Amino acid sequence: MPIKSAFTTTIDHVSILDVNANFDEKLGAGLIPDADLVRLYEHMCVCRHLDEVAFKLQRSGRMGTFPQNMGQEATSMGAAYALDKTDWLVPCYRENAGLFWRGLPMEMILLHWMGDERGNAIPRELYCMPLAIPIGTQMLHATGLAWAAKYRGEKRLACTFFGDGATSEGDFHEAMNFAANLDIPVIFFCQNNFWAISVPGKIQCSAPTVAQRAVAYGMDTIQCDGNDIFAVVYCVRKAAALAREKGRPFFIEAVTYRLGDHTTADDARRYRDQAEVDAWKTRDPILRIRKFLTTRGLWDDAKEAALAERAQRDVSSAVERAESIAPPNRDDFFNNMFATIPPDLALQRDTMQTHGIGQDPSQIEGAVIELPAKTSH
Amino acid sequence: MANLTLVQAINLALIQEMERDERVLILGEDVGLNGGVFRVTEGLHKRFGDKRVVDTPLAESGIIGASIGLAMAGLRPIPEIQFEGFLGPAYDQICSHAARMRTRTRGAMTVPLTIRIPVGGGIHAPELHSDSPETIYIHQPGIKVVMPSSPYDAKGLLISAIRDPDPVMFFEPKRIYRAFREEVPEDEYTLPLGKARVVCEGNEMTIVSWGASVVQCMQAIERGGRSIELIDLRTLYPFDMDAVEASVKKTGRCVIVHEAPKTCGFGAEIAARIMERCFLYLESPVQRVAGFDTIMPYYKLELDYMPDADRIARAIEETAAY
Repeated sequence: MPIKSAFTTTIDHVSILDVNANFDEKLGAGLIPDADLVRLYEHMCVCRHLDEVAFKLQRSGRMGTFPQNMGQEATSMGAAYALDKTDWLVPCYRENAGLFWRGLPMEMILLHWMGDERGNAIPRELYCMPLAIPIGTQMLHATGLAWAAKYRGEKRLACTFFGDGATSEGDFHEAMNFAANLDIPVIFFCQNNFWAISVPGKIQCSAPTVAQRAVAYGMDTIQCDGNDIFAVVYCVRKAAALAREKGRPFFIEAVTYRLGDHTTADDARRYRDQAEVDAWKTRDPILRIRKFLTTRGLWDDAKEAALAERAQRDVSSAVERAESIAPPNRDDFFNNMFATIPPDLALQRDTMQTHGIGQDPSQIEGAVIELPAKTSH
Repeated sequence: MANLTLVQAINLALIQEMERDERVLILGEDVGLNGGVFRVTEGLHKRFGDKRVVDTPLAESGIIGASIGLAMAGLRPIPEIQFEGFLGPAYDQICSHAARMRTRTRGAMTVPLTIRIPVGGGIHAPELHSDSPETIYIHQPGIKVVMPSSPYDAKGLLISAIRDPDPVMFFEPKRIYRAFREEVPEDEYTLPLGKARVVCEGNEMTIVSWGASVVQCMQAIERGGRSIELIDLRTLYPFDMDAVEASVKKTGRCVIVHEAPKTCGFGAEIAARIMERCFLYLESPVQRVAGFDTIMPYYKLELDYMPDADRIARAIEETAAY
């Protein structure tokens, strides 16, 4: 018998606004109204400015480790714009732009990286999950959140973000498999930024596209220019329509680039060429929107100057709010362990300053405990 | 009242909670059409349909990770991990997410889920079907850990676990799934998590145990003529130290019995707490009868590994003679 083809497929790539701000009218017309595009641009610039300020805060000891978002603002921003306000956003930790667009106050992200859990206490009505630090694990939570919506007959979906490195994790594959086989409306949004700290994408995936990983799960998939907000919006709308109408998951590979270091604790010069970074700087998602807006007469230098001023104002007041919050209560790390604190844990909390853990005061009754004086070094 | 096995008592608890609360759903490997490999979920798929009793892909991390999402969205998932030996792949989701979510969001997000896991040896099962890993999860802050030793307790504790607003790991000792029957009320009832049960009272010595080992302890106690108080902890986190303290202060001697390996087993924690609270009352060192610090042997030797009535009786006599 002749050998037949068992399966073939193609992966589409979407690009609407290219690096030179050439615009595909056929795909892009009406996708984002001018007024919205201006607002998206402004938000991206504010987010970029926060990156710069956060970097300085870390270097001056006012904040802990911080992962800059620089270069990737169009991905989560485009997705948050294209989704309904009640769809779940399930981020990793480089999606500030999208979270801010949804309404997350900037100071909450700052608080998180300033070592304060109150930065994760996200109001329920924002439908944002807190940042996920371990890689790839949050995709399963997104699957569960979307599953719960389906269970209740809601049209809500979940969109989860991750990088190319995360597609090596077992949880990525388990989440894709669950969503595809159980018909769960999740958008898997891969920000392929080519680097997982120092490890290049080819160590994570030897297929020509990350997008084709979805094919193996029987999931629809598409690749887009992740630095092109029009392409991102186009793909997320397509994914959301399928998820809402058919209850099916969808995979998006947005090709982008991490212009900064992995975090403030990283030095990317150790492992990648400056020439590569410089080439990607010309593909900056912010530059091309500005060019596009300018050629359409929607933007000028005066507006840019006003925006720069506003970004500075917005970010510095967010920093002020983050830094002026009352210090966390020492009891806080006990009080939220369970809905009702077990008596033993309450005892640890209440005696943390006065007794050794588990000390029975009755057995040392009458004894005067004096601490040895502190020695100076 | 009905005379039920532990499997039947759990099955009844699941049915009653699913009928009572639309948010409760069951998911896992083979829990649907097959009714679970131990038949704990027998009949539930037929009764509640495939929306609420879901056969999932074969992936433990996936089962728990998806359950965390379901729970954060406000449902009450009851995932099953088929055997304790397969908890490993789910460890990250349990400890890095389920356990931490409430506190890392300062209460904004909670994970009310109940993970059911058959546990322990004694049923001639293959490799990785006979372990006792409860201590790992007791040590992880943010999780409640339950292990019943009787049908009556199993039903009341499982209902409490399902209604609890935080993650609970509900370990089911498979050796006593069908070992005996007990009168179990057909009406729903709850037993508080964190409260021990005094199985029998005595003045000479305290034995603290949980799970299938409780049955072995009873056999050892019934064999000798000593007045021994047996405490079944039932919940391992939070655990009822007050009950242990009261008993040890009365008897002055204590033996702790568990199937898990001795080193860093939960018995070590109980012994340390007895030191903290009962030091001046002790007549003899606290003794542990536990699994050895070895890999659980295949089933030809499993009874040599597990604490049995002989080993417990020996520990009782040694402790009494001290």
